[in-house]
Amino acid sequence: MIYYDRVSKIYADNSTALEDVSFSIEPGEFVSIVGHSGAGKTTLVKMLLAEEKPSSGSVFFESINVHELPLSKMNALRRKIGTVFQDFRLLPNKTAYENVAFAMEAAGRGEEEIRSDVPHVLELVDLSDKLNNFPGELSGGEQQRVAIARAIVNQPDVIVADEPTGNLDPVNTFEIVQILKKINDLGTTIILTTHNKGVIDGLKKRVITMDRGKLVRDDKEGKYIL
Amino acid sequence: MNLLTVKRIFRAGLLDFWRNGFVSVASILMLVFTLFIIGVAMFASVIVNTTVTQLQDKANMSVTMQTTASEESVLNLKASIEALPEVQSVTYQNREDVLVAFKDRFADDQLTIQSLGEVGNPFGAKLTITAKDISAYDSIAGFLKTQVDSGAAASVVDKINFYDQKYHDALVNLQNVTASAQKIGLVALIVFILTTIAIALNTLRLAIYSSREEIQVQRLVGASAFFIRAPFIIEGVLYGLVAGVITLLLFYPLTWWVGNATAQFFGGVNVFSYYLSHFPFFFLVIVGTGVLLGGVASFLAVRRYLKI
Repeated sequence: MIYYDRVSKIYADNSTALEDVSFSIEPGEFVSIVGHSGAGKTTLVKMLLAEEKPSSGSVFFESINVHELPLSKMNALRRKIGTVFQDFRLLPNKTAYENVAFAMEAAGRGEEEIRSDVPHVLELVDLSDKLNNFPGELSGGEQQRVAIARAIVNQPDVIVADEPTGNLDPVNTFEIVQILKKINDLGTTIILTTHNKGVIDGLKKRVITMDRGKLVRDDKEGKYIL
Repeated sequence: MNLLTVKRIFRAGLLDFWRNGFVSVASILMLVFTLFIIGVAMFASVIVNTTVTQLQDKANMSVTMQTTASEESVLNLKASIEALPEVQSVTYQNREDVLVAFKDRFADDQLTIQSLGEVGNPFGAKLTITAKDISAYDSIAGFLKTQVDSGAAASVVDKINFYDQKYHDALVNLQNVTASAQKIGLVALIVFILTTIAIALNTLRLAIYSSREEIQVQRLVGASAFFIRAPFIIEGVLYGLVAGVITLLLFYPLTWWVGNATAQFFGGVNVFSYYLSHFPFFFLVIVGTGVLLGGVASFLAVRRYLKI
């Protein structure tokens, strides 16, 4: 489903973010990418979203080289990938409801569908009572749950969660991970980057370990080992 | 693009306009400033042009005929002057008309009127010539002199005189000054307008710069470039529309306030009456410029953040 083929990323200042990284992800997998800060975890997921281009190598999503897609076709690809970020990246001038609805509007969904799906998805992340709150009126955990609702509302094939618990307390971290597990149980592929040992050890899922831009371990039921 | 997308784009544009309160107010104020400068430039150009035209209209030259000249020969001369391309109009006053005008002018001066009764009518007929352009008087005078010198009008023309030589000289000077002033003013005005437009564009660019992360997020959740850009353009157009209306409203009391003063000082142009009578034109230019500036600035500013 997703294939990184000898991907390297070297920035203009000659710093190496990724070095000859290759791995693949099958549909329905829950893959955690772990490593210290600067190990290249975020660069890897940015490559899949075509936010960054590799210096060499290729990234394939369903046999499409994502960096060969023209900008005009990128939006169709991105709708197949739900994204959750450490800093939530919600639209500040839209309510929780509107943030989730925006992803559906962007995908061209009808009003009826939006009116029925958005409250349902927000209920799944336990935010039924915060539909009309703006991001500034929500806690970090609540904002991240809105971001997850936005990521799943279009029923994407993959959810990419880049350090989704980085700004959260342990209780919210646990809740977010449980939500991601539930989504994975329903068949959606999850790619989670984190440096939270507790999260990884509790998951008992595949773990890819990165260190200074290199893939150093790939364990089927791995633990956080660094 | 279907109707639903259009509806969503307009709704998003309107909501962003309303919810980005501070940014909207700042952008509108900047646009009001720009549009106000453009409006002032429009009024200034009207005042200068009307004043020069009115002063030019007041200038004329008169040709006094000999008392013995026949009416037919004077009318022939009139026809030949009218045939000149630089002449706008020629008015003929026969000897009686000139006498009546003189009497009217000196009605209070009994001594003059009495002595006039003793000498009869000492005045010759008079042609008053108005040229199309103030610089043409010299060539018209030249034409008349040639007519006199060649003998064609020697027995007809008594005296060629500018209505008031000093007035004429002053007008020629004024014309030179206004021509230079118009040129310098035009350049200064264009520079000023371009500067304010650049400032307005930059303000809108900064307003959109504050939304750059939002644009990137929209891109990452799969929104097309058009779906992201269009609400910003709507927002920019709304800034221009509101700024245009505010500017037009501002000009109402302002032109009323200075209307009489401009009429007295600049010889006839009441900017208030002019504003009211040309309101559709002002509306089109001011609101049109605002809408265009807002829309184009937003279009350009968003473009750079869509490249992911």
